[in-house]
Amino acid sequence: MSETIKFTIDGKECQGTKGQLLVDAAADNGVYIPVLCHMRDLIPAGSCRMCTVKVNGRNMAACTTPAEEGMAVENNTPEFLDIRKAIVEMLFVEGNHFCPACEKSGNCDLQALGYKYQMMVPRFPYAFERREIDATTPKIFLERNRCIFCKRCVRVIKDEEGRSIFAFKGRGTTLEINIDKKLAATMTDEMAQQAMDICPVGCILKKEIGFVTPIGQRKYDTMPIGSDIENNHQ
Amino acid sequence: MKEKIISIVEAHGSDASRLMDILLNVQSTFGHVSAEAVSLLATMLRISEVDVVQTLSFYHFFSTTAVGKYAVYMNNSVVSCMMGMKDVVDEFEKQTGVKFGNTTADGKIGLYYTACIGMNDQEPAALINGIVFNELNRQKVRDIVAGMKVGIPVQDMIAHYGDGNNANPLMKSMVHNNIRKTGAVVLSDYTLGIGIAKALTSDAKSVIKEMKESNLRGRGGAGFPTGMKWDFCSRESGVHYIICNADEGEPGTFKDRVLLTERAYMLFEGMTIGGFAIGAAEGILYLRHEYTYMKAYLENVLKDMRIKNFLGNNILGRGYNFDIRIQMGAGAYVCGEESALIESAEGKRGEPRNRPPFPVQKGYKGKPTVVNNVETFCSATRIIEKGAAWYNTLGTSESAGTKLLSISGDCKFPGVYEIEWGMSINAMLEMVGAENVQAVQVAGPSGICLPPNQFHRKIALEDLPTGGSMIVIGQQRDILKDVVLNFMEFFADESCGSCVTCRSFNMILRNAIEKVVAGHAIKKDVENMQAWSEILRKTTRCGLGQTSSNPISTTIKNFPELYDARVKDVDYQSDFDMEKSVKASCEVVGRSSEVHELAKVNIN
Repeated sequence: MSETIKFTIDGKECQGTKGQLLVDAAADNGVYIPVLCHMRDLIPAGSCRMCTVKVNGRNMAACTTPAEEGMAVENNTPEFLDIRKAIVEMLFVEGNHFCPACEKSGNCDLQALGYKYQMMVPRFPYAFERREIDATTPKIFLERNRCIFCKRCVRVIKDEEGRSIFAFKGRGTTLEINIDKKLAATMTDEMAQQAMDICPVGCILKKEIGFVTPIGQRKYDTMPIGSDIENNHQ
Repeated sequence: MKEKIISIVEAHGSDASRLMDILLNVQSTFGHVSAEAVSLLATMLRISEVDVVQTLSFYHFFSTTAVGKYAVYMNNSVVSCMMGMKDVVDEFEKQTGVKFGNTTADGKIGLYYTACIGMNDQEPAALINGIVFNELNRQKVRDIVAGMKVGIPVQDMIAHYGDGNNANPLMKSMVHNNIRKTGAVVLSDYTLGIGIAKALTSDAKSVIKEMKESNLRGRGGAGFPTGMKWDFCSRESGVHYIICNADEGEPGTFKDRVLLTERAYMLFEGMTIGGFAIGAAEGILYLRHEYTYMKAYLENVLKDMRIKNFLGNNILGRGYNFDIRIQMGAGAYVCGEESALIESAEGKRGEPRNRPPFPVQKGYKGKPTVVNNVETFCSATRIIEKGAAWYNTLGTSESAGTKLLSISGDCKFPGVYEIEWGMSINAMLEMVGAENVQAVQVAGPSGICLPPNQFHRKIALEDLPTGGSMIVIGQQRDILKDVVLNFMEFFADESCGSCVTCRSFNMILRNAIEKVVAGHAIKKDVENMQAWSEILRKTTRCGLGQTSSNPISTTIKNFPELYDARVKDVDYQSDFDMEKSVKASCEVVGRSSEVHELAKVNIN
């Protein structure tokens, strides 16, 4: 039997099970904590830092912190709203994101968070980093300009023997997402589609078919990111 | 090539978790790790090529292209620059005819920069094929390059041996210990085996109790209570591991180098005591790549301890089995972070793990693991020998015992000092013969840049905590250019890149301080730097990002006048840098990129 626990987020009484990740426990209580790298039931990466909250006075990533009895969590405070907006802005200056021309526009979590936090002009100087595009594998078009290093593909997409098809290369500012040429050649259409679907931005694209759903009729065109979680519990 | 690689992989049990050693072996055998080698390794280890590349591309001393028959890695950290690196670099480039970052056309000599190599007390220093060349000057460089040109092996270029074990036939190193002050705990006389015999005749619980009562706190810098760490770990079930963090990478620290050279037995004894306390049968010494020159000596110490039955099966007839292996690093500052170190020891990129779980719960290979610093283990040996009560008579009420300081920079007597916690910075400066001091960089780049009006403060965990790096900065130095910019370049290079904020902010902050140094910044830029440092500190996963903005934030706080002198109080100033923008194209046509004063006026 899992143990039920009580905690609060911005004063709201919440319930969850002991050990459940805070970000998931919050969602179950209708509280949206923004994420880019997190996916439920996947080993947390803790890399995008969007879900940073204050727990009992300490800054923690809600995607790596287990919910505990009596936690007092600060989520939508002016401090964290600004930090999250800053992180979105930072991702926009670090990569090269041109939303109007992107196949993922309207389905992109980064773009949706830009709207949510009403980003106008990034406060940081653009890096204009040169990033190589890789179109050499049969099924996947890797548009590195848009990669935000969430590691979702690294964690999810494996071949039959459990070997990684995607992995990091380099470190710091030379970091890039790498695709295994040999193993990528064995990917099925379903795997390629899954890789594209879990990519929160437009970095991993499945080749050949695009823009099936017109822009304007896509996921975030009609409802802001996080509203599904918040509306479920009103 | 194929046969050789197959034998390397098989020598490591075809085990992917030994990828670090396998790559190190391939690198040293062939001078690089080729695409062919990557493919072969992936097949043999049953992992994907991108996973081999993931590890290969993370570490500084791995290379996918040939590094040269003689690979020169010049330390370009702050103190090396202070001590005249520029001349040494100039002479290397002049003698070889290539710029740093390149290899000579015949593939013979490669010149590269590297971060602090733990020789701050004898700079400028470089590693050449793993051998330390210290106190370099133009004449020495001329001799070295002349030797390279006629093919003299690097080990034959060693002019003289350093003191103590540096002269040991297995070490044969020019490095000096520079032990300036010995204290009661680690650098006083030591006899092998007293601590371990005491521990083994008592029981694990009593050892942990003694350690807790000693109030010893981790000597790597974070200051976590050692006894508590051992206690937490010992409560977990199953296989346990004990790891010594000898990845001394904080620029300016070199005290572990001296302990590894002169107190290796004491260190391994401490690991054995720790292993006994937590119930581990296996220990790992994670040794930074820069200290490869000590490896043969350290292996021999382990061998000697096995012969004397201080390691191996049924140690001292007390039924305890324990042994230690050495894991080499490959050049990554972030691997000094304990969970990144564990990842690295498992053959992966050195990326810090999320917590929880903590290493004491799930560490090396997912098993409960204690990671302690070299000095911590040496202290543990002495504590078990002489008792917690004795240990508590040293130091301050909140910081028991002694601390090794690595002091370098603008002072007469750079070296290693074992002091009791509680010494003031003023007293320290007097001890090292430093005059006209502008600042002291306490605890390395991730610490504080301390101004003279705070020199009364005490070196102690409750006031000025430190892992031991102390860089004395004289009046003649340009702190923002010579120190802060250098530190920020270091952090931008060394971030593992996994956290958005650490990867990006360190780059953004490095560019921002560069703008200040170039004289292009306005007041608002400095305010931004402060605000952005704060976001970085609040949102990153590990200690690197939480402290990497300190060079900027502590100088803005403690030396505001340095910024005021360089920034303009206007709303807007172009940060376009003509010289920088045309540098590459000017080099192509062989012209100086220097923009004349008149042209500058016109641009502005």
